[in-house]
Amino acid sequence: MKKRYEMKVLSVENIAKETIEMKLYQPEISKETVPGQFLHLLVPGFTLRRPISIAKVDKQEGSVTILFKIVGGGTSALAAYQPGMTIDALGPNGNGFSVDDVKEGERVLLVGGGIGVPPIYHLAKQLAEKNVELIAVLGFQSKDYVFYEAEFQKIAKTYVVTNDGSYGHQGFVTHVFSEVGAFDQYFSCGPLPMLRAITKELKDIPGKVSLEERMGCGVGACMACVLPTVDNNYKKICSDGPVFSAQEVVL
Amino acid sequence: MNLEVKLPGLTLKNPIMPASGCFGFGKEYSDYYDLSRLGAVIMKAATQFERFGNPTPRVAETSSGMLNAIGLQNPGVDRIIGTEVPRLAEYDMSIIANVAGSSLEEYIFVAKAFNRTNEVHALELNISCPNVKEGGIQFGTDPEMAKKVTAAVKEASQLPVYVKLSPIVTSIVEMAKAVEEAGADGLSMINTLTGMRLHLPTGKPLIANQTGGLSGAAIKPIAIRMIYEVRQHVSIPIIGMGGISTAEDVLEFLQAGADAVAVGTANFQNPFACVDIIDALPETLTKYQYTSVQDVIDRRSVNV
Repeated sequence: MKKRYEMKVLSVENIAKETIEMKLYQPEISKETVPGQFLHLLVPGFTLRRPISIAKVDKQEGSVTILFKIVGGGTSALAAYQPGMTIDALGPNGNGFSVDDVKEGERVLLVGGGIGVPPIYHLAKQLAEKNVELIAVLGFQSKDYVFYEAEFQKIAKTYVVTNDGSYGHQGFVTHVFSEVGAFDQYFSCGPLPMLRAITKELKDIPGKVSLEERMGCGVGACMACVLPTVDNNYKKICSDGPVFSAQEVVL
Repeated sequence: MNLEVKLPGLTLKNPIMPASGCFGFGKEYSDYYDLSRLGAVIMKAATQFERFGNPTPRVAETSSGMLNAIGLQNPGVDRIIGTEVPRLAEYDMSIIANVAGSSLEEYIFVAKAFNRTNEVHALELNISCPNVKEGGIQFGTDPEMAKKVTAAVKEASQLPVYVKLSPIVTSIVEMAKAVEEAGADGLSMINTLTGMRLHLPTGKPLIANQTGGLSGAAIKPIAIRMIYEVRQHVSIPIIGMGGISTAEDVLEFLQAGADAVAVGTANFQNPFACVDIIDALPETLTKYQYTSVQDVIDRRSVNV
């Protein structure tokens, strides 16, 4: 049976503009989680839980690190949590990336956009333990929003792109694809317009996309976060995804 | 404590059931607890054919509630009877099927289809979904239309029929009286109220359907008021719903005139909402000097 957890806040840090990194203690979740899964967090005073993706886990410490952007009242309230407080969480929810999809010796492109970067980092850390070559393209609005560049540089050839050109390359993540060379497959997470552009540009290359969407229940019951599939069916982002094969869904 | 309630077609070991559309067909929540703990379950709406529903985003949060415009997405009544009903029948609880449609013929088709199974104990007639353009709610806003569809479904079905009323009407009492007259075995109330939220950076609706049904704590006082009014004019049982999230809420609905209750939006906030309420109910009833759920129903001041 699935549980509802009280996760203790270990640390809260503002690591970029409007971007909070929060470390939570929950050994069971830290052991079970695979990259791409999310926590479904209850913020007192708000009706709907917030789905927040997991950026990394430390099984020894029993910790789970999440990253979120302050976009409204719920995430502002979440950002105000202090170490020692507890958060009501469901998780790990959803189906994540499968590290087993990547074979030894492959060259893999990782693409993260904004708050889609954290799950890609979690995946990158696990892929880095295999004999694979990683290339990371990270997209942000502007310089102030950039995070995890140094962390990625340790394990991947990393390109940073900002929409306004205030840091790294200017434009969209797809603008640097011509520079990264050939690769066997890709993994991406970020806003829908970015994923659309990526899947269009890389339509002949096997890839996985992780979706963001407003959710209701977060467990697969309410049908709020559905996505059409190429076979005229649908998938539920919260429970069938959030990770899908790029060839399987219609973005 | 005895939490049992007997209603047409339903012997409920407790008066708590998840509301239609907020629990799918129970599968996901069966990962959290044993569904046999529930009094009943009201399944997600069934239509004649499979429906994919509305574009996304389909939900938005509001103060003390949420908006949804799912659009009656469901696999169609045949697959519901073939796959979902047998799975739910494994549990020790009553099953209520929510019947939706966009024409009188579709309501009759879906209602008749449920005659094929012995595992469904009652129908909830959905004449109040605000989120599909061609469907449902016109039957729920005009008393004559409501009468017509109720009578037709009663004739088509072997099961007791609970008509789910829309609060978006001038007189909820008129609607309730109309469907009682047409032969409804019970009422289910209230469905959501139509609302809207805008995305400030663009000034455009947050929900792709533009409007959505408002649910959650925000609508609880409206539900209480409507049940209280209806109870004074109608004698058939009422399944009450609208923002219930605690055992105190359940007591208030029972006092207002409901005979059982459905829990909707609260399931999203807390997947254990229904069982937490069931666990807390005896203590809450005792606190207010009631000896059973039936005792609340027998002693309420608004019985007709």
